[in-house]
Amino acid sequence: MHSIPGRRLIMALFLIFLLLPIYWLVNMSFKTNAEIVSTMTLWPHTPTLQHYRRIFTDESWYSGYINSLEYVVINTVISIAVALPAAYAFSRYRFLGDKHLFFWLLSNRMAPAAVYALPFFNLYSAIGLFDTPWAVALAHCIFNVPLAVWILEGFVSGVPREIDETAFLDGYSFPRFFIKILVPLIASGIGVAAFFCFMFSWVELLLARTLTSVQAKPIAAIMTRTVSAAGMDWGLLAAAGVLTIIPGALVIWFVRNYIARGFALGRV
Amino acid sequence: MDKTINQKAWFLVLPVFLVVAFSAVLPLMTVVNYSMQDTFGNNQFFWNGVGWFKELLDPSTDLGGRFLASLGRNLFFSAVILAIEVPLGIVVALSMPREGWSVAACLVILALPLLIPWNVVGTIWQIFGRPDIGLLGYVLNHLGLNYNYVSNEVDAWVTVIVMDVWHWTSLVALLCYAGLKSIPDAYYQAAQIDGASRWAVFKAIQLPKMNRVLLIAVLLRFMDSFMIYTEPFVVTGGGPGNSTTFVSIELVKIALGQFDLGKAAALSLVYNLIILIVCWVFYTVMTNAGSERPVKQGAA
Repeated sequence: MHSIPGRRLIMALFLIFLLLPIYWLVNMSFKTNAEIVSTMTLWPHTPTLQHYRRIFTDESWYSGYINSLEYVVINTVISIAVALPAAYAFSRYRFLGDKHLFFWLLSNRMAPAAVYALPFFNLYSAIGLFDTPWAVALAHCIFNVPLAVWILEGFVSGVPREIDETAFLDGYSFPRFFIKILVPLIASGIGVAAFFCFMFSWVELLLARTLTSVQAKPIAAIMTRTVSAAGMDWGLLAAAGVLTIIPGALVIWFVRNYIARGFALGRV
Repeated sequence: MDKTINQKAWFLVLPVFLVVAFSAVLPLMTVVNYSMQDTFGNNQFFWNGVGWFKELLDPSTDLGGRFLASLGRNLFFSAVILAIEVPLGIVVALSMPREGWSVAACLVILALPLLIPWNVVGTIWQIFGRPDIGLLGYVLNHLGLNYNYVSNEVDAWVTVIVMDVWHWTSLVALLCYAGLKSIPDAYYQAAQIDGASRWAVFKAIQLPKMNRVLLIAVLLRFMDSFMIYTEPFVVTGGGPGNSTTFVSIELVKIALGQFDLGKAAALSLVYNLIILIVCWVFYTVMTNAGSERPVKQGAA
């Protein structure tokens, strides 16, 4: 591939620009609050784990992570489960209204969350799901289900049709073919789709905050509470932030070649 | 294409249809319902026809003024970040190393900001930009610049824009990189034989090949920046004054802050309509471009 002059320098500068703010957050999470406020230090001079210890021992903090994980996992499972058959249908068949349905799904992926905040609040209060992980999980389906369908459709289309036909000739029923043959063939695609469902549900704040109050409050909402409270606990805030980055940072290596694809809804 | 017509496929799509209909159609219907009514509390509603919509589009009223001002700010914001992120993304994609472990390392670091929760992106920049404890604010103030994003409108805007560039330029870069990688080597060899300059190679080979991914990148970035809520909300809270109050922030203020259901619903519908139009362009572009491109679909 052809590149441009000075590419190493450009790349290095850009990567530093990306990493510096993250480094600053990590740096602050290991400092004592006294050090943060009193002096400007480029690295923690008296490194401490007190903020992390506080998060892992104080229930009002660590329950936030558990609540977040709860709805994120429920949402990922629902999204993948309903999207798999649909992706197969879109990839293999033409049916009445298929294009309209595809567009409708896309338009929901793009709908502003702010528009849905209030009606969701009413809807989930009315059916008694308000302040449960299910409310947030179902609400996040609005953008994750379309996303999963689009990504999986690309992967299913990569499986040659002859495989379906051979399986049916061999006497496989449709459900058995689906589970025994198709799912293993697109396992990496399912992994990628699950990763993106997980990520988009994990990073969303507005709906998660609107649909919960006490019992199911996500970590993101707990963090914003700290911001508005008097007497900022900067170190604690930074530590909580660092911990939310970790799930993404852990799996990023495995999906590095699929990032563009996931964000472009499987179209790249 | 060789798809077979099979109406039974609807059974496979049905679960998706039901789940999305439950979380999209039902709420949208309540929004339409509210947008035609007024309430004085106590769950008493009055028919208001298209009154809210008239007010919304009339800049002399309070609602209209706020909506149109936030819409203007939002469009300006989207224009600025597109003008920065697209060229910068292309440059970064062209600067990617050619092979070896550094490719993977660059990809991982580039992807990192994309996977950080949006409110934490806000937190990172809130801390980073503070003059007392943040590296950026500290350095700028010590260079003699009076930088404070809490009290100065221009500084608040600069912070929000730089934050968005930090957060999303990688997406443009990764998309462009995917486009660049699909160019066969033969093209470059031919260009070399012709003695083409680097600029000519970029204009005649790389840019046309990146056309499609660039369109996707521009539309995605436009739509996401048009709906931006969390990041500026955490950093500036829409302030100072109303200077960084974008449409989503205004909408949430009206809907969940004041519980002005009718106004919020009317605003939601107009907002949604704008997104829907852009979305339709996006869809047409993607499906049309897809049909010209028979190879390279499946598992890459």
